[in-house]
Amino acid sequence: MDVLLLSRLQFAITAAFHFVFVPLTLGLSLLIAYMQTMHLRTGDDNYLRMAKFWGRLFIINFALGVVTGITLEFQFGMNWAEYSRYVGDIFGSPLAIEATVAFFLESTFLGVWIFGWKRISPKLHTLSIWLVAIATNLSALWILIANGWMQNPVGYVINNARAEMVDFWAVVLNPYGLLKFAHTVLSGWALSGFFVLGVSAYHLLRKNETDFFKKCFKIGAVFALVSSLLVVVVGHQHAKEVAHTQPTKFAAMESLWDTSTDAPMYLLLMPDPENEKNIVEAIKIPSLLSLLAGKEEIKGLKEFHPSERPPITLTFISFRLMVALGFLFIILSLWAFIKMKTPETSPLMLKILLWSIPLPYIAGQLGWIVAEVGRQPWIVYGLLKTADAVSKAVEFPQVVASFIGFTLFYGALAVVDIYLLAKYSKKGPEPKEA
Amino acid sequence: MELQITWFILWGLLWAVYFALDGFDFGASILYPFIAKNEMEKKAIIHSIGPVWNGNEVWLITAGGATFAAFPTTYAYMFSYLYTPLLIILFALILRGVAVEFRPKALTDRQRKIWDLGIFIGSLIPAILFGVAFGNIFMGLKFDDAGYYGTLFSLLNLYGVVTGLLFLFTFIVHGGIWVALKVPEALAEKAIQQANRFFYLQGAFAVLFLILTAFYTNLYDNYLKYPIWFIVPAVAVFCLFGIRIFLSKNKIGKAFISSALFIISCVFTGIIGLYPNLIPSSIDPKYSLTIFNSSSSPYTLTIMTIVVAIFVPIVILYQAWTYKTFMYKITEKELKEQEY
Repeated sequence: MDVLLLSRLQFAITAAFHFVFVPLTLGLSLLIAYMQTMHLRTGDDNYLRMAKFWGRLFIINFALGVVTGITLEFQFGMNWAEYSRYVGDIFGSPLAIEATVAFFLESTFLGVWIFGWKRISPKLHTLSIWLVAIATNLSALWILIANGWMQNPVGYVINNARAEMVDFWAVVLNPYGLLKFAHTVLSGWALSGFFVLGVSAYHLLRKNETDFFKKCFKIGAVFALVSSLLVVVVGHQHAKEVAHTQPTKFAAMESLWDTSTDAPMYLLLMPDPENEKNIVEAIKIPSLLSLLAGKEEIKGLKEFHPSERPPITLTFISFRLMVALGFLFIILSLWAFIKMKTPETSPLMLKILLWSIPLPYIAGQLGWIVAEVGRQPWIVYGLLKTADAVSKAVEFPQVVASFIGFTLFYGALAVVDIYLLAKYSKKGPEPKEA
Repeated sequence: MELQITWFILWGLLWAVYFALDGFDFGASILYPFIAKNEMEKKAIIHSIGPVWNGNEVWLITAGGATFAAFPTTYAYMFSYLYTPLLIILFALILRGVAVEFRPKALTDRQRKIWDLGIFIGSLIPAILFGVAFGNIFMGLKFDDAGYYGTLFSLLNLYGVVTGLLFLFTFIVHGGIWVALKVPEALAEKAIQQANRFFYLQGAFAVLFLILTAFYTNLYDNYLKYPIWFIVPAVAVFCLFGIRIFLSKNKIGKAFISSALFIISCVFTGIIGLYPNLIPSSIDPKYSLTIFNSSSSPYTLTIMTIVVAIFVPIVILYQAWTYKTFMYKITEKELKEQEY
């Protein structure tokens, strides 16, 4: 254990926790905005009750997304001072833009929405939740542009012993960042769809407020299906981009050791990094890997010195599991979609959907493992090694204390969050006003 | 050259606005356990900061982001040198945010008590530590080109602690006035009482700070070189008296504006003295991180200037609208009906 490893673990834990809270806010905010708009248009009070019920769950989650986000911004300077000094000229900009353009908007108007029910007109109130929803997703855009630059640095020159920006639009329009944004945001939408389906399933199974939750179920089913389909389509494009820009990550994702043209894919595979081979390779589908990567020749891991390779088993397994879950989501949401007019007639489906709530969360975490672990040993791919990025002024006991502190504190927060979400989900909507 | 000065002023402005806004959230939350004696009064104080605290905190995030984008070298070293105090501030801010949001959703009295404590501690700690951190930055940190030699305890020196307490009392007065503006009459009286009481401590520590500054820092050098700038601390003193005068005349709104302007002019008093340093080195000025040796490239500064010139005015406009919308006296009836 040293400062480097602990700092990495600490960043992993704080980022992972942040991403427990964030994805639900990406999609749920849009659904609430939709519900409130429908109330405005149809005058149906059920839509208003929906907006309030899901809104309360949204607020519980949003608070934690915000407070855990501050940590990430501060940590770049605290634990990764050499990184910040080296790339701040480029990397700082999207972060500052995120705060100025998006974060102000979402935080300010969430306050307006929570406290404005009786203070501002229904139209203005509905507009405020739309602003929250748009700003939340816009916030993800700038953060993922920043992360996209770490994955595929563009628009810079090395000058004054650091990376300096020479082309702002290249940084903003980096295909890697934009694909990653689409993939991440859609996965958050899918997660939100499954959240709505799962909570609705809970109440439908108990025959509680059946009409109300059938309506919610319908909205959740459509949203989950569309998002689940799109997340796979975009994911495929994203993987192609990875194959193109990050050959070591792509080879690790597929555990491909030897450079091959017309590479096949094995449905069952188990890597053995020590001996630079795979222990299991079964159920071969010829040419599939080359087809998916969108290019003939794919570089194998052996082309790269072992010190240039990411941890292979973790990257590989995370990727496979994420993809498997992605396809499972299509099947589940298709099932929900087909049954969405009469979901109460299929208790088995409802039970499965209820217990599926955690699955998109797991898929999201796996995705981030692929993205971040798969980029190692680089912090900025091909430009700066993680080992050279850590703060020099920070001492071991400080990081031990902060690591333990974050783990315990965030653990407690997660417990509180899940407890409150479960309580208020189970409680159901407020009764109709007489 | 001019871009760096622009960003230095902006850097100061972001901190000033942050303290002027989140400062009253801190103050209200510190007074909270002492003046709110029943559930209704507690709800009233939380409601007074509820709609705005989150938007206020974003000024801190923007100050951090702007430091990163405009002065990356300063961002890197300031945050890693001040690792432990920043960590404590972070934990406190997380606790504060969660407590303010979750207390209204608590299901038992025990949970409410835990969140009550969180609101208090989570505001008390940053109120003091931000002051300690800025006091130490004014003094200069102990670093050279090989690294940093301070510890958490070396930050808790006389000047740092006096600055910390000045921040604390200033925020308590600021928060007391804010609460008085927002809550029903009986509770407002109690808040005013506290603001009046802490005003004397605020004034005493302001004087102490101004005296100690001459001995512990080089902040006055810039003022002696260009005496015209003395106008800024003069405005601060003027505003300080304004708080007292308006409070005694029961003009709470004007007292609040005086208090906010006091905070802003205090921050700029420090900033002007600091120029052109962002973090002076107390070992040798040649190691100091200045706006010139730690800034981003002119290209990046230009881009960021354009972004800020467009969006910060927009932010100010809609936040001003929010304040206007929520600038009303909370009634007991409304507290009973509040759903969240």
